[in-house]
Amino acid sequence: MYAQMVKSTGEGVKSRDEMSPEEAAFQDRIDQDIKIEPKDWMPEGYRKTLIRQIGQHAHSEIVGQLPEGNWITRAPTLERKAILLAKVQDEAGHGLYLYCAAETLGVSRDELTEDLLSGRMKYSSIFNYPTLNWADMGAVGWLVDGAAIMNQVPLQRTSFGPYSRAMIRICKEESFHQRQGYDIMMKMAQGTEAQKKMAQDALNRTWYPALMMFGPSDKDSVHSAQSLAWKIKIDTNDELRQRFVDQTVPQAEYLGLTIPDENLKWNDEKGGYDFSQPDWEEFFDVVRGNGPCNVDRLAARNKAWDDGAWVRDGLLAHAEKRAARKTAAE
Amino acid sequence: MSALFEFCLRMGDNTLVLGHRVSEWCGHAPVLEEDIALANTALDLIGQTQLWLGLAAEVQGEGKSADDLAFLRDAWDFRNALLCELPNGDFGQTLMRQYLFDEWHCMMLNALRSSTEKRVSDIADKAIKEASYHLERSRDTVIGLGDGTTESHARMQAALDYLYPYVGELFVADGHDEAATKAGIAPDLASLRDGYDAALSATMAAAMLTIPDDKFAHKGGRTGRMHTEHLGHMLTQMQWLQRAYPGASW
Ligand SMILES: [Fe+2]
Ligand SMILES: [Fe+2]
Ligand SMILES: [Fe+2]
Repeated sequence: MYAQMVKSTGEGVKSRDEMSPEEAAFQDRIDQDIKIEPKDWMPEGYRKTLIRQIGQHAHSEIVGQLPEGNWITRAPTLERKAILLAKVQDEAGHGLYLYCAAETLGVSRDELTEDLLSGRMKYSSIFNYPTLNWADMGAVGWLVDGAAIMNQVPLQRTSFGPYSRAMIRICKEESFHQRQGYDIMMKMAQGTEAQKKMAQDALNRTWYPALMMFGPSDKDSVHSAQSLAWKIKIDTNDELRQRFVDQTVPQAEYLGLTIPDENLKWNDEKGGYDFSQPDWEEFFDVVRGNGPCNVDRLAARNKAWDDGAWVRDGLLAHAEKRAARKTAAE
Repeated sequence: MSALFEFCLRMGDNTLVLGHRVSEWCGHAPVLEEDIALANTALDLIGQTQLWLGLAAEVQGEGKSADDLAFLRDAWDFRNALLCELPNGDFGQTLMRQYLFDEWHCMMLNALRSSTEKRVSDIADKAIKEASYHLERSRDTVIGLGDGTTESHARMQAALDYLYPYVGELFVADGHDEAATKAGIAPDLASLRDGYDAALSATMAAAMLTIPDDKFAHKGGRTGRMHTEHLGHMLTQMQWLQRAYPGASW
């Protein structure tokens, strides 16, 4: 998942005594792992939180096409070009499934798109970082899709049916993305001196932004507590980040690359690595719009949308004319 | 060089150059479904390139790969039709270019299914499925936008006016083509023209668009005699990594 700091009701989790009978019945279903479907009754806060989260996730898939699209025309072999095209095509498909899942909650794709383009809704901070050398295509697949999988695998069990089903489809494709990314890294890490340098450079730049993808610690957040209770969120940000680091460190070692963290050390007691936190100041800057690529990414999406207006209008007008001709003929 | 080698280059360079152009859209299409469809088209074309240039390299017999041919030849060695290298322009120009190519591509591939050269007919058998789907889409889109709003109609007419002079080249044979036809590898290019014109007329009538009267045709891409200025710029991007880091494996 690419959702960070999704606001929930902000009111904290209601106790059983505070719940209305409807709310209590709803919570019972969630506790029994019965999926909530679009036609079922749901608290307004649940619906709104899900729209924010699914919307942010969908926008991330869409904007996420840009940093990888940046290298499609420079891919070094036909096969790499084909794989990258297939991956970016998948990401657009993920965006589509997710917008469809959001639509079941009563918000249209166009409304969500407007919110993305105006900057009212966010997408993952990771896509505001640039892809500067070919090894970034490896680092993105390995670390960014890797972090996304870490988040999305548990979300296959999320309480909202359409979201859970979208996650199941998406996860299958994400693991292919991660593998192809790791494969690029492997080639680069075993390649010429210049390629090794590219690989290390890509890892140096991507590591902390990848850790930021899980969001700041949310162990005291009322928003997260509510999302956890509703099973919109399954694990805390810190748990996911820890799991990601533990999985990734041996992979980096296998590649012979160095994770840019002097404090990285195995901790026997906790059975995981100790590691440095990313610079959260930088994270909040990026979220506020001051990342290296925020302006360019939003401008690119706005331009695509604005330049495409005549196409959407044209196709709509044609569909209407055709429908009218059909009615007239009947 | 053999007629088969030249023929494979012409097919493979068409799909390579057009696939590259289409891939430039990635993430910038007018609507999400088009992002997916354009990426899919580019992907198919690059996949076909691997087959055609792979066969070309095999026939050439110098131990080269499809990648060597794609990334290490200069513009004068490219054998694509000029139509394929023209810039994307707006979405209408991209889809018009695609339609004009797809219509020819499908006729060509259909004919190639009965090529006497088995390796050619095998590629054609596989590629025709993809190309038919591309054609269905590009034709529907040309019709939809031609017969859409005043603005979309005007843009599609402008696209057709700009691109039509590049259609004729697809049907003009040189010595290599004649040798391929004689060997039963490929059809006589001129023989495809009537079917193409009929299909084009039907589509443009449905799209409310007017085919230009002037049948003048720009030529030189398929023979390598003279490409447009656009191709060189495309190659600087496409070939950059391979050129900057020779001998590396990716
Ligand atoms: Fe994705
Ligand atoms: Fe992704
Ligand atoms: Fe992915």
